[in-house]
Amino acid sequence: MPHPDAPPSRRGLTVLAWLWVGLPLGYGLYELVRKATQLFTG
Amino acid sequence: MTPPLAPPGWSRWLVPPAALSVHLSIGQAYAWSVFKPPLESALGLSGTQSALPFQLGIVMLGLSAAFGGTLVERNGPRWAMTVALCCFSSGFLVAALGAATEQYWLIVFGYGFLGGIGLGIGYISPVSTLIKWFPDRPGMATGIAIMGFGGGALIASPWSSQMLDSFGADPGGIALAFLVHGLTYAVFMTLGVLLVRVPAAAPPAADGSGAPAAPAGPQVSAKQALRTPQFWCLWLVLCMNVTAGIGILEKAAPMITDFFAETSTPVSASAAAGFVALLSAANMAGRIGWSSTSDLIGRKNVYRLYLGVGAVMYLLIAQFGDASKPLFICCALVILSFYGGGFATIPAYLKDLFGTYQVGAIHGRLLTAWSTAGVLGPLIVNWVADSQESAGKSGPGLYGLSLTIMIGLLLVGFAANELVRPVHPRHHHVPDATAPVPAPASAKDSDAAPRRTA
Repeated sequence: MPHPDAPPSRRGLTVLAWLWVGLPLGYGLYELVRKATQLFTG
Repeated sequence: MTPPLAPPGWSRWLVPPAALSVHLSIGQAYAWSVFKPPLESALGLSGTQSALPFQLGIVMLGLSAAFGGTLVERNGPRWAMTVALCCFSSGFLVAALGAATEQYWLIVFGYGFLGGIGLGIGYISPVSTLIKWFPDRPGMATGIAIMGFGGGALIASPWSSQMLDSFGADPGGIALAFLVHGLTYAVFMTLGVLLVRVPAAAPPAADGSGAPAAPAGPQVSAKQALRTPQFWCLWLVLCMNVTAGIGILEKAAPMITDFFAETSTPVSASAAAGFVALLSAANMAGRIGWSSTSDLIGRKNVYRLYLGVGAVMYLLIAQFGDASKPLFICCALVILSFYGGGFATIPAYLKDLFGTYQVGAIHGRLLTAWSTAGVLGPLIVNWVADSQESAGKSGPGLYGLSLTIMIGLLLVGFAANELVRPVHPRHHHVPDATAPVPAPASAKDSDAAPRRTA
């Protein structure tokens, strides 16, 4: 059990914050990879 | 505005996503080309006219970063991110009004002028804060943020294209697309405004005086930094590195096509587009990869790599580029990764030389090197390519001279980097004993990396 004076854990907020920026970046990278493969297939 | 102090237990890993939410948004600037063809057909503009909002935006980026840096240092990252959010988003809203009323000057003013101020203030807003939170890994921390600027275009390019396909490429459709961009980026950047925190004040110094402990190493003010040779050496280093990178970026698609046009394996238009996309990936990977590497091998060494090995890569392309496609592609990818790395490593290099005191403002002033290179690079490459074409050259021969010029520029940058020495103590800032000094964050939640400055 955490100590009553211990600062609150911010793990949930950290995960949410990284998802907030990670998901759009993942979409951008996916589109990039799709386009980059044309170098080898086009 | 008082800089927002971190409460006890605030994780420093909340600061990079705050920075990324701003950089991923303002990085949209590099996807402006998506709007060019629809604007040209809807408003009857020339190619030069439709590039104006972007060009003004980049000029305003340099100016606002250079002149707004001190304000950013004084008012803190939350103020800076709020200003960036307001300017960048309202720039889109004004541009939407311009498109809806077919008043092109409003698009130039909104996106270029207002939005450009958002670009400059937003670009430097998290740099100083990240360096203070990650004193053990400043290269990695600023690399994450500055990688976001490269990533912003990767997101915006397909997203904006899809939006224009849905809304239509007429003035009404473009206006709606601008409106959605403005509102979405406002919401997205809000995360940064809400999450960003500066580390709490330093614990009292060990001398028992009760005064806060001063940050380690030399501290130089932005005004004083301009009087040091180190600042101008780094200005030259950045300018040369960016110019050389633009040398490839500006002509990537025609270059790979021309190099292999007369071979048994010519490059198609779609393969050339794939090559350009791969270069963007290398640019982005270089920002985080090389910048993090600089935490291990030192800033001066990593710039030796960017400038020295970069020159060798250009030489290989010039000498053997048309003999082997994999060699050409590999060399271009390495050059572009160095281009991205050069951007991302410079804040940490500035921190090593000038300390954390006003590193954001110094970084802002140094970004004028980027603006200069943004003009110089395309000018050299296009002028040389045009003159070689008029001289009747073709294929790889079109690029021989520009590649040689790029090698020369990189060697100038290499020499400037060699001249960088620690700043003379006469330039150091003497802190006011009564003023609060921000402390570096605890490194307990990180894998502390060794710190070297070459």
